[in-house]
Amino acid sequence: MSDQTTNILLWIPLVPLIGAFINGLWGRHFPKPLVSLIGCATVGVSFVLSLIASASVLAGHGEIRMVQDVYSWIAIAGLSISVSFVMDALSVIMSLVVSGVSFVIHIYSIGYMHDDDSYARYFSYLNLFVFSMLILVMADSIPLLFVGWEGVGLCSYLLIGFWFEDPEKASAGKKAFIVNRIGDFGFLLGMFILFGAAETLSFDGLAEAVTAGTITPYIATAACLLLFVGATGKSAQIPLYVWLPDAMAGPTPVSALIHAATMVTAGVYMIARLGFLYSIAPTASAVVALVGGATALFAATIGITQRDIKKVLAYSTVSQLGYMMIGVGVGAYFAGVFHLMTHAFFKACLFLGSGAVIHALSGEQDIMRMGGLRKKLPWTYWTFLVSTIAIAGFPPFSGFFSKDEILWKAMSTASNAGWATGWVHMAAYLMGLIGAAITSFYMFRLVFLTFHGKSRLDPHVHVHHEMPVMSWPLAVLAFLAFIGGWVNASLAGIHGFKHFLDPVTGHAQEAAVTLKHFAHSHSAEWAAAAASVIAGLIGLFLAWQMYIKNPDMPGNVAKSLRGVYRMLFNKYWVDEIYETLVINPIHRFSIFMWKIIDVIIIDGIGVNGPARFMKRLGGIGRALQSGNVQTYAFWLFTGAAGILIYLIYVAEIL
Amino acid sequence: MASVDQSGFPILSLLLWLPMLGALMVLLIPRANEALVRNFAFAISIIDLALAALLFGMFIPEEAGFQMVEEFEWLPGLGASYHLGVDGISLLLVLLTAFLAPLVILSTYSAVKDRVKGFMFSILLLQVGMLGAFLALDMFLFYVFWELMLIPMYFIIGIWGGERRIYAAVKFFLYTLFGSVLMLAAIIYVYYIHMQQTGTATTSLLGLYNTAFSWDEQVWLFGAFALAFAIKVPMFPFHTWLPDAHVEAPTAGSVILAAVLLKMGTYGFVRFAFPLFPLGAMEYVPIIAVLAVIGIIYGALVAMVQPDIKKLIAYSSVSHLGFVMLGTAALTPMAVSGGLIQMVNHGISTGLLFLLVGVIYERRHTRLISEFGGLAKAQPWYAVCFLVATLASVGLPGTNGFVGEFLVLVGTFNSDALPRIFGCNYAGMVLAGVAGIGVILGAVYMLWMVQRVFFGPLSNKKNQGLKDLSLREAFVMLPMIIVIFVIGLFPNIFLSRVEPSINAFVEDVRERGELAQALSDTDRETQVDTGKKEDGNGN
Repeated sequence: MSDQTTNILLWIPLVPLIGAFINGLWGRHFPKPLVSLIGCATVGVSFVLSLIASASVLAGHGEIRMVQDVYSWIAIAGLSISVSFVMDALSVIMSLVVSGVSFVIHIYSIGYMHDDDSYARYFSYLNLFVFSMLILVMADSIPLLFVGWEGVGLCSYLLIGFWFEDPEKASAGKKAFIVNRIGDFGFLLGMFILFGAAETLSFDGLAEAVTAGTITPYIATAACLLLFVGATGKSAQIPLYVWLPDAMAGPTPVSALIHAATMVTAGVYMIARLGFLYSIAPTASAVVALVGGATALFAATIGITQRDIKKVLAYSTVSQLGYMMIGVGVGAYFAGVFHLMTHAFFKACLFLGSGAVIHALSGEQDIMRMGGLRKKLPWTYWTFLVSTIAIAGFPPFSGFFSKDEILWKAMSTASNAGWATGWVHMAAYLMGLIGAAITSFYMFRLVFLTFHGKSRLDPHVHVHHEMPVMSWPLAVLAFLAFIGGWVNASLAGIHGFKHFLDPVTGHAQEAAVTLKHFAHSHSAEWAAAAASVIAGLIGLFLAWQMYIKNPDMPGNVAKSLRGVYRMLFNKYWVDEIYETLVINPIHRFSIFMWKIIDVIIIDGIGVNGPARFMKRLGGIGRALQSGNVQTYAFWLFTGAAGILIYLIYVAEIL
Repeated sequence: MASVDQSGFPILSLLLWLPMLGALMVLLIPRANEALVRNFAFAISIIDLALAALLFGMFIPEEAGFQMVEEFEWLPGLGASYHLGVDGISLLLVLLTAFLAPLVILSTYSAVKDRVKGFMFSILLLQVGMLGAFLALDMFLFYVFWELMLIPMYFIIGIWGGERRIYAAVKFFLYTLFGSVLMLAAIIYVYYIHMQQTGTATTSLLGLYNTAFSWDEQVWLFGAFALAFAIKVPMFPFHTWLPDAHVEAPTAGSVILAAVLLKMGTYGFVRFAFPLFPLGAMEYVPIIAVLAVIGIIYGALVAMVQPDIKKLIAYSSVSHLGFVMLGTAALTPMAVSGGLIQMVNHGISTGLLFLLVGVIYERRHTRLISEFGGLAKAQPWYAVCFLVATLASVGLPGTNGFVGEFLVLVGTFNSDALPRIFGCNYAGMVLAGVAGIGVILGAVYMLWMVQRVFFGPLSNKKNQGLKDLSLREAFVMLPMIIVIFVIGLFPNIFLSRVEPSINAFVEDVRERGELAQALSDTDRETQVDTGKKEDGNGN
């Protein structure tokens, strides 16, 4: 791989930052079209600059990368962190997806947010997000990645709580930040371990340390597991996924951009970026695959029963992120990134579509009070349907190729970790396969309940017309969701995406796992694809049976499986469990620390105790010096008598 | 430690005595002319800041020893001299002190209406005490300035404070005095031993560094110094004066107290306790490190449940200064410099938070979180400033807080000194790991408070007409916000000037603390598998 220095990389994140500043400081006094122009144009410039920077990388088939060293950020005592950007194949894909999808969603926001009072603040935050996310994907070291990582977390916090006057929304933002902080704690420790071993934190330096053996598999395993804790926070995996469904409190374009297409994939990106490290830590990779598989299945089951259109999509996102984790966990780094990309298209489209529905219905989000919207919202319907087919994994839509790639890799490889050989990848595959059927079910349930059947709308609701500024972004994303998979249609012998990424992740991928004997068999690959499609068809069929054919059936099923239904509807009571087992005890403990340890023991007894003792001593002294002659006389005689008694009876002197 | 004298220009004396001159001149201004008193004090502090900036420019970054040294005989009979100098460590703290003074004075234009003259006199006098304590290279001189700080602060709390101000002022005074007296006894002992050994009487710090003490003496003397400084920091469990003092002090008092006075404690450890008694220090490092970590967690948990914003920030100081002490105890250049940066950071971000609390207190005369809610609607710019201070306080990358916490944690985690001192390979990792939980809790208590104060509906009628920041208030906040980002984005400006002095400090303490021997005596066999780390990040 050869490096080319350039000076445009810095401008890719910087231009949106400038937009964020302008809109943040003066946007309130600008007319709305100017705010939109600044917000969208800056991101547009970023996208174009990313394209320019990508050109050489694309032309060099990923063998060339662009680098820019901006300045030395922290340098002390052997630690040297610089603000340096790198544009290699992986960063090309990420920065194009991020700036491209962001641009589309910025345009959509012009329509969605048009009558919001805090229009400028919204675009300012959104630009700030693009800045942070681009830092994240172009960073050449873990600490700089962490800058972007925390930056997107901040923007997520600000945008979830965008309508902060609603305490629930503000609270959801806080929850997101704090849950992510728990993950960051692990991330930081992972970083410390790596620094202790390699004395550098740049990706190149770490890769060299792996080759040189300075980072042993033992160290790599510990570090990778801790870094993965960070990924479970940011990418909403078990057990830290709980913030993402609540994050839907933010404006819908935010859900599409941050909480579906880009930010939440940061954990997947991080693992792909550190593939060289994860590949020598099979135990950590197996854990990633297992957690990913479990999350994919678990979140999908919750998606079945949710009634809020955005909540269904939120759990679907958690579930899809699980698939990406399976991909990077089984060493198929390119497959994880591939699904990351196609998911960005179809999930952004689905969220924006849900936003269009919510917008048209003046804020209604309950799918039980929708229905029959197909005719009234044709653009929304068709784009939503395309994306649904994509996520459900039907060929030749994009999701089929990417999800199938992940499942095939999980099935055809075995983990190198002793304890995990044989069953972990197979378990992840099976969870993914069952998850695929459920995905298809809950997504078609969503489509049928929203767009098909009879209208169950509140009679007072007037359905607004679709706005072109919102429809065009849907069309663009739906188009990408449709064709996006062809960059790596392995069944058709197309491996472009994989080959492009090979210079970055290829080596790690070969080292990560052991291939099974049928790994190169075409017929096995076709069979696996057929299995996924059949799973998807089962889901589709059931959804059709329940929500088109027999609309009474869901109610009956829910009644007959009451316990299961309640468990799923209440999301396995995980929030409640966390509250009882973690949050409340800490709160009670803190109050105990304050009221008992601090106020009573340390301050009351330790500090004011001696003071009170002195005061009492002084009080006794004061009482003695009352100025009352009779008292003095009394004590004089008592004392004299005491001495006499002592001398006579005790000392026996007199 | 060598010292360089590169010019005859007495910049340190000018910097130090200008506020004293200002304080005396304030006394000459007629009481009725409050505006002149304020503006004059402000002008003095601005000139002093300019001098500090000049000092920063004159400072040679590569030099580890003391610079701009001034030395004159003062009390020859006693051996005390007027001896000033700066190295990288004190440079930053002097800069911090000079930077905050004009902002603090500006912030009192509307807050202090009563006895303005006395107040400005106290502030300027306090400035002399603080700068003097950071600049003094003579134990006796240092002690004079150390005690000098106490008196104006006592009055600032006791006269311009809140309802229970007398209780708080007396508590602050007695607490600190208790520590100081022990330190004085230790200083006198050191002085006599030095005289016995060399035959010359001196209180010069550089002279006393070379005194030889027995192991027993070191342990006792370090203990005496450590107690004085630990109270000042304050370290758990000597912290209970702090919440009272902060809650009762006027805003300006809280800012100075948090931003500068607390740093006297941490600075004292680095400048005096560790280099004077390195062998004793090794005995105390485990206690200091463990108390620091307890302070980090404890301060954060107790802060979380405070109903009063100011008290919450006061307890958060206990947590933040725990990071400083942990970094110092870890004895690696990275951790110690992180601790030093964290001292400055805490001064800036917590100072800013106290100023912001002062703003709302002036308008509403309450600081109870439950009285607020939805302020972001009424005061958007105020909310922005508060959020920036909050993010700096929780250590978001890009702000100053991250640089300090990150260096402390990474330096502690990979410290090669802690495992030797504790006799356990994982000592640094465990301490940094537990301290890292403080990073989570920091976000919890700050964001929860921000949410209850700024978000939600603006339901309390008393808050609905609240005015946003005035221009003067914005002028107070803006420089601090700029510094938050300057340190966060370009920490090397400061780190490069700090590094040589810190390296010298760490090397010196380790060498004379016989850290290497301590290792060979106690746990040679447990060190086998971390062989790499032994010479790893020492420098």
